[in-house]
Amino acid sequence: MAEVLVYVDHVDGAVRKPTLELLTLARRVGEPVAVALGNGAGDTVATLAEHGAIKVLTHEAAEYADYLVVPKVDALQAAHQAVSPAAVLVSSSAEGKEIAARLALRLGSGIITDAVDLEAGDEGPVATQSVFAASYTTKSRVSKGTPVITVKPNSAAVEAAPAAGAVESLSVTFSEQATGTKVTGRTPRESTGRPELTEAAIVVSGGRGVNGAENFSIIEALADSLGAAVGASRAAVDAGWYPHTNQVGQTGKSVSPQLYIANGISGAIQHRAGMQTSKTIVAVNKDAEAPIFELVDFGVVGDLFDVVPQLTEEIKTRKG
Amino acid sequence: MSLRIVVTVKYVPDATGDRHFADDLTVDRDDVDGLLSELDEYAVEQALQIAENSDDDVEVTVLTVGPEDAKDALRKALSMGADKAIHVEDDDLHGTDAIGTSLVLAKAVEKAGYDLVVSGMASTDGTMGVVPALLAERLGVPQVTLLSEVNVEDGKVTGRRDGDAASEQLEASLPAVVSVTDQSGEARYPSFKGIMAAKKKPVESWDLSDLDIDEDEVGLENAYTTVESASERPARTAGTIVKDEGEGGKQLAEFLASQKFI
Repeated sequence: MAEVLVYVDHVDGAVRKPTLELLTLARRVGEPVAVALGNGAGDTVATLAEHGAIKVLTHEAAEYADYLVVPKVDALQAAHQAVSPAAVLVSSSAEGKEIAARLALRLGSGIITDAVDLEAGDEGPVATQSVFAASYTTKSRVSKGTPVITVKPNSAAVEAAPAAGAVESLSVTFSEQATGTKVTGRTPRESTGRPELTEAAIVVSGGRGVNGAENFSIIEALADSLGAAVGASRAAVDAGWYPHTNQVGQTGKSVSPQLYIANGISGAIQHRAGMQTSKTIVAVNKDAEAPIFELVDFGVVGDLFDVVPQLTEEIKTRKG
Repeated sequence: MSLRIVVTVKYVPDATGDRHFADDLTVDRDDVDGLLSELDEYAVEQALQIAENSDDDVEVTVLTVGPEDAKDALRKALSMGADKAIHVEDDDLHGTDAIGTSLVLAKAVEKAGYDLVVSGMASTDGTMGVVPALLAERLGVPQVTLLSEVNVEDGKVTGRRDGDAASEQLEASLPAVVSVTDQSGEARYPSFKGIMAAKKKPVESWDLSDLDIDEDEVGLENAYTTVESASERPARTAGTIVKDEGEGGKQLAEFLASQKFI
């Protein structure tokens, strides 16, 4: 069976969930060979093996943290040369897409971004994408070179599938471009203790109706009662009520959780683009005519300042 | 000293319109009004601010690849304050994918001459967000992308890239390719004076032969990816809507429990 390269997204050796989802998808089209780079690369092996990696190619070097994107492209190109895979899979983060694009260009390959599903096909892997603010679903494949495909978080289940996970150290020669863009400073984001927005099973969002930064505590309380991530509409972010890193929509994050709870969000096309593929959608909004209600499985027309605290209390009571 | 900035912009179908696919599975551009991609307005804005804050002699050129109507996007950027425009138009470009588009842009940028390329973070139709990275790879210059803050000084570009895990400060020497996010600063509205002045600004038209690109390097037939099918997402089945009469929160909790979320 052909091998499939999976680029490992990890933080100092802790593998992020979307990479484990990639391993699930990779097993549908071949045998996963993981590529882990940078500080802590060696610590990823056990988790990757547990989820199906037959091999883990590792390489640690300071360049991966000190320079933007290109060192990782150099490493994936080296891995491609070593393995001759049937496809290369990368998570659809901002950086993941940039890495994948440059790799595809070097390989003379096509690239598909933001796949939400992947299956084996007669002429190579077929990727499903959700386009035009999720109003259309397309199926595409790469027609030239080794398919390079980026996959959105929450597109597949994480599955245990123990495999050998044989560690090999990857030999990488950095290109002239590798040191072109220097990372001169890095401020880690303060942890909120809540799940990562794009990875969360449940997202609770607030919009214009929340009417003030201080009122977001109501949204956060609901999120915490469900173990959910907190999102915000562009209106709420532009008003300065909540950080841009939490923005859901066309110019923010695109999320696809099991449950999306929209509070005080009208549901403009730009917002729908970022949440329309959620499995179950519920909304609370004062305006019965708000377009968000066209999407919901359950909606409450009412004042979120009455409905949301009551919901939070009820959830706490039921959870005991 | 002079600084030549090229801003790449895209003419896209209006996202609030009824966007759909044509028979050949390319984006239908006839039935929906087009406009300058909103996310590219931020690129134009940052280029103009760099020009305004510079002691150098700065020239801002806007560049687009697209059909005849794409001139509208150039005209908008010119009315915001760009100095001149280049329109790459050729029937053989229909259906060109991101890889092919990056080739055309790279050749055009090189022909125009540049010290800095400024792009938006993504288009509002394709939304891939890969063209700036592809452009940097093709041009062999540093990629300084997804900046929420950008500065150009002494032959260097610096900026802040807000990632999921951390906020990074980046630095690279010119020439370079920059992309900016919608957090980089509100784009200006064209003034009446700007709109009038734009009518007199030069718009050059280039085709593939001007760029030494063969027709078999671009277009739908030569794309690196194939769209096999496109289907309209079925409308979500109508859900239950209740009016809050004092029990709305409890009713919602009941629904969530029935779906096993609680």
